[in-house]
Amino acid sequence: MEYFIQQLINGITLGGMYALIALGYTMVYGVIQLINFAHGEFFAAGGYVGAIALAYFAGVGYMDSHPVICLTAAFMISMAYCAYLAIGVEKIAYKPLRKESRLAALLSALGMSIFLSNGMMLTQGVYDKVYPSELFQGRFDFGMVTLSYLQIMIVSLTACLLIGLNLLVFRTKIGMAMRATAQDKTMSALVAIGSNRIISLTFAIGAGLAAAAGIMYGLYYGSVRYDIGFVPGIKAFAAAVLGGIGNITGAMIGGLIIGMVEIFGAGYISSEYKDVFAFIILIAVLYFKPNGIMGENIDDTRV
Amino acid sequence: MSIQPILELKDVHSGYGSIKALKGISLKVMPGEIVAIIGANGAGKSTTLMTICGIIKAEKGEVLYQGKVINKISPEKLPVMGLCQVPEGRRIFPRLSVMENLRLGAFYRDDTDQIMKDIQHSYEMFPILGERKNQQGGTLSGGEQQMLAIARALMIKPKVLLLDEPSLGLAPIIVQQIFDIIAQINKKEGTTILLVEQNANLALQAASRGYVVETGEITLEDEAQSLLSNPKIREAYLGE
Repeated sequence: MEYFIQQLINGITLGGMYALIALGYTMVYGVIQLINFAHGEFFAAGGYVGAIALAYFAGVGYMDSHPVICLTAAFMISMAYCAYLAIGVEKIAYKPLRKESRLAALLSALGMSIFLSNGMMLTQGVYDKVYPSELFQGRFDFGMVTLSYLQIMIVSLTACLLIGLNLLVFRTKIGMAMRATAQDKTMSALVAIGSNRIISLTFAIGAGLAAAAGIMYGLYYGSVRYDIGFVPGIKAFAAAVLGGIGNITGAMIGGLIIGMVEIFGAGYISSEYKDVFAFIILIAVLYFKPNGIMGENIDDTRV
Repeated sequence: MSIQPILELKDVHSGYGSIKALKGISLKVMPGEIVAIIGANGAGKSTTLMTICGIIKAEKGEVLYQGKVINKISPEKLPVMGLCQVPEGRRIFPRLSVMENLRLGAFYRDDTDQIMKDIQHSYEMFPILGERKNQQGGTLSGGEQQMLAIARALMIKPKVLLLDEPSLGLAPIIVQQIFDIIAQINKKEGTTILLVEQNANLALQAASRGYVVETGEITLEDEAQSLLSNPKIREAYLGE
């Protein structure tokens, strides 16, 4: 039982990160029906920018005196950087192809993924970039179950971001415009909503969330590398499909499920196969319920 | 004539890829008028409206609104200038509530208090929308969706309202109601209306002037009353 609870805590931590990444896939798909395969790279870039920012703060000595402020700043810098990066990527790689077939944009996305990943390798090197390990070191022990401060921080920040996103999309005027653009771009233009602005915003939000997940990953696993975007990216994509691609609530649920399945699969079946479980789910979903948990109709667009 | 047309098309050509849907449309709409465009299915009526709104780019010719060439302006800027369309099939945002659909009509406006008043005014004009304000747009009936589409367009505060087939797929009693409202909008607010209809009889009764479109060209232009009594029109479009 204690082992189960421990795995549950670990699963929620990991699943939250997947959910943050999955949202970017699902929101972009909702608005322009593109699977943005370069999305995992925003996660990796976010992890890098966070590591660089924290190393800088440690270098100038702020890290010891104001760790929370430094970490907050690292999150903000990294999320803003990736948001702008994503806007640039969309303008360069996807916007010119918007009137072409969907396959063209998809291939462009794959190319962009390789480009960004190699860009990180060439500028940052092939070795792991280490995260400071002294942050959030404490933990609660409940018998066999431990809950680290870091996990509490990650889960609560994830929850805040997910709630914030929900409020933005479902309670604000700009969120309303995002949903309208996803449902009917022509009609949106007829009520003065510029789709280019909404598409940029969607990319920016998705990449910002992925960047936050990238820093969490770095803090949790201790380091980042140029190629970390690939596997979590694909798993988050599986999460988005599981939840019903295009559906925001679905992506959140899907991310949590994939995280849980991975942790429980590793814990109870075999840790050697931990990466396989997410893909078994992806294949099963595509086979039995291609619209996903929350999906209504596969050829219908939605956010 | 001393008054300038509020909307004018000069030899407009447009289409979809290699298909040329409009082959030189010219027409004028004066401020405060109701003008009807009638014609058969596929004649280019909807394309004309979509070209005016910039959704389809004019390949040749000019679209003038308030004396300004607008066919190079991106479509989302036109509603702000007071030019707005209720497109064919109404295009309600299906997974947005009635209230949200109306709110988005006023997307570019910042006067929140006035917007709330205008939404209330929509509910007075169409009580059924008030009853269903929290329902998703897609769950409304055809007639209710048409009312919502018109109410949403009015939230833009249009000077010129383009209406594409407002009678399509609606029961006759609802159609009459919709046309009464169109006449009312024109009279009360002074909104200029360009109306596209397959139901020529209905359209010409509401309008002061009319244009007949055939395969992408204007073939006839006249006072609505004269068109109604024109034997050719009666035969071709009024089913006699």
